[in-house]
Amino acid sequence: MTDMTSGSLGKTNTDLIRAGLARRNRNQLFLQGFGMAAIAFAFLMLAILVGSLVLSGYKAFTQTHISVDVFIDPEEISVERLPRGGFEEVLQASLVSRFPDVTERAEQRSLRGIFSNGAQFLLRDMVVADNSLIGQTVRITVPVSDPYDQVNKGLIDRETPNENRRVKDNELAWFDALIAEGAISSPINWALLTNADSRFPELAGLKGALVGSFWALLICFLIAFPLGIGAAVYLEEFAPKNKISDLIEVNINNLAAVPSVVFGLLALAVFIGTFGMPRSAPIVGGMTLALMTMPTIIIATRAALKAVPPSIREAALGVGASKQQVVFGHVVPLAMPGILTGTIIGLAQALGETAPLLLIGMNAFITSAASSPFDSATALPTQIFIWADSPERGFVSRTSAAILVLLTFLITMNAVAIYLRSKFERKW
Amino acid sequence: MNDMRLIERAVDMNDIKISARNVQVYYGATHAIKDVNVDIADKTVTAFIGPSGCGKSTFLRSLNRMNDTIDICRVEGDILIDGQDIYNPNIDPVQLRAKVGMVFQKPNPFPKSIYDNVAYGPKIHGLAKNKAELDEIVEKSLRRGAIWDEVKDRLNAPGTGLSGGQQQRLCIARAVATEPEILLMDEPCSALDPIATAQVEELIDELRSQYSVVIVTHSMQQAARVSQKTAFFHLGNLVEYGETGKIFTNPEDPRTESYISGRIG
Repeated sequence: MTDMTSGSLGKTNTDLIRAGLARRNRNQLFLQGFGMAAIAFAFLMLAILVGSLVLSGYKAFTQTHISVDVFIDPEEISVERLPRGGFEEVLQASLVSRFPDVTERAEQRSLRGIFSNGAQFLLRDMVVADNSLIGQTVRITVPVSDPYDQVNKGLIDRETPNENRRVKDNELAWFDALIAEGAISSPINWALLTNADSRFPELAGLKGALVGSFWALLICFLIAFPLGIGAAVYLEEFAPKNKISDLIEVNINNLAAVPSVVFGLLALAVFIGTFGMPRSAPIVGGMTLALMTMPTIIIATRAALKAVPPSIREAALGVGASKQQVVFGHVVPLAMPGILTGTIIGLAQALGETAPLLLIGMNAFITSAASSPFDSATALPTQIFIWADSPERGFVSRTSAAILVLLTFLITMNAVAIYLRSKFERKW
Repeated sequence: MNDMRLIERAVDMNDIKISARNVQVYYGATHAIKDVNVDIADKTVTAFIGPSGCGKSTFLRSLNRMNDTIDICRVEGDILIDGQDIYNPNIDPVQLRAKVGMVFQKPNPFPKSIYDNVAYGPKIHGLAKNKAELDEIVEKSLRRGAIWDEVKDRLNAPGTGLSGGQQQRLCIARAVATEPEILLMDEPCSALDPIATAQVEELIDELRSQYSVVIVTHSMQQAARVSQKTAFFHLGNLVEYGETGKIFTNPEDPRTESYISGRIG
């Protein structure tokens, strides 16, 4: 800053201001530039993150399938024994008849390895649904097993020496022959969304995790939303302002900053240990997430209530509304957009939370979607955790794909929050 | 209004509506109102004037216990409305505020429709038995607020969409909808332009026939135009109270004279 008193000898104030102007403009330019650089850096990082996820994940959105004619041999499969039967043998026979020069039993078995392990169950379900297929030849399209999926997606290097390669030379030759005759296709992998988890990457999907996350978030919302709003309205509108309410306020802020893993330990000790609630269940997950989300909702609600101008309260009090009528008839409805925004952001946080769910066992291997919040389930972030930990190559791209699905949900929720805020924002 | 009321009004003309005795108001340790004694007449416009921070708004707000909402505020002494102590523990402020309506400095319609703004008071107090009665109350109140003709075709439009002057008249209509006996106005024209101010002042003059109106104002011209009685507050004291004409032409206290002649304030 220019010193106005000492520098004013012989110079007018205008001169002094002009002298400092260049520096002030430079400072402003520097600050603006710095801000822009910071934003550009943040966007670059975001682009790298999303870019790398898309690059490694996009391949999981298709799944290599094989189409073959299968003769449903009445000797292997009979109506009486359904749903049991030699479906594996029937599938193997279909490929053996395609490659008649493969005669050794071990080789024939590895020929069968082209099919996904789940193919026999798909075939079984078809036959169970329609018994008349027995004795006929049907053309089925089923997923190939993970190594061949990787080959088809170019993720297995053909130059690798045979003994180090997951798919051997003879297997590659069969697969190439199948490709050459058009038996191999790569449709969109809807199973990623409609299947639950599986040991076999080609069959693994996110349905179990999506359903688990849905139940957990629902429980979390049902607990945290009313309790959070109730606590915030009481603290903001009714509680006397004294040492005790100050103490409560400080501790709510502390609670919002407690690491989530601590809430997980608490839930493990109290909900599961003391109350004996089911392990791995979304009900416990939702209650744990509610503990974390409640401070966020309380803080957002209090801020929204504070933002309602006093003139509205006075107007309502002035016509003789009781305190309760003022709060629930005017203040809370006017604060609702802010409350909802805070709630959605809190729930988005809860959706991405992993650590507490690991502690209550929501990272179990569960192959069916939960039909109630009391069934065992995984959640999206814990499913990512499980897949990231799995050795099969197919899970690498599936992990990225699952992260993209999770990010899609988070972005959607935050977009809804921003939309609500801008739509209902009120100028006073 | 039936004839009975008209006769009553004639009798009431010089009745005392509000009577304050030794009223002290404290904000924490600050002594904001010092020993105020005043009798406010019915069917009269009484103006409170005085420089900023003299306590006139504070005193006005103790007349309908709006100060109750401020934790650190404390009122001592007696304020009697129709002979009844309004700070008596048996008095519910909700009931009091239905009887003592208030209009604020800044027009503060609810962010609801014009109709709902006016209907809110009668609704919460259960003054209307059915929709038809409520419609009637709303129309009557909007007419009293001298805004009916401007809004009768758009009662479902938001009250916040009106102009400032219209909003303030809507707030007056809202205040009279609960059939109060006293109307408190805290600088009701300070946020309005001269034309809207003239409309509101005209309205205040009309309201005098039915209510005891107490108005706080910064503008001495306004006090002179609308009021019959004027009270001059200075530094928390009620310095002088009397006929408006007398206060402005022949004040007794030198402080009053200094203020109205523009030497203090």
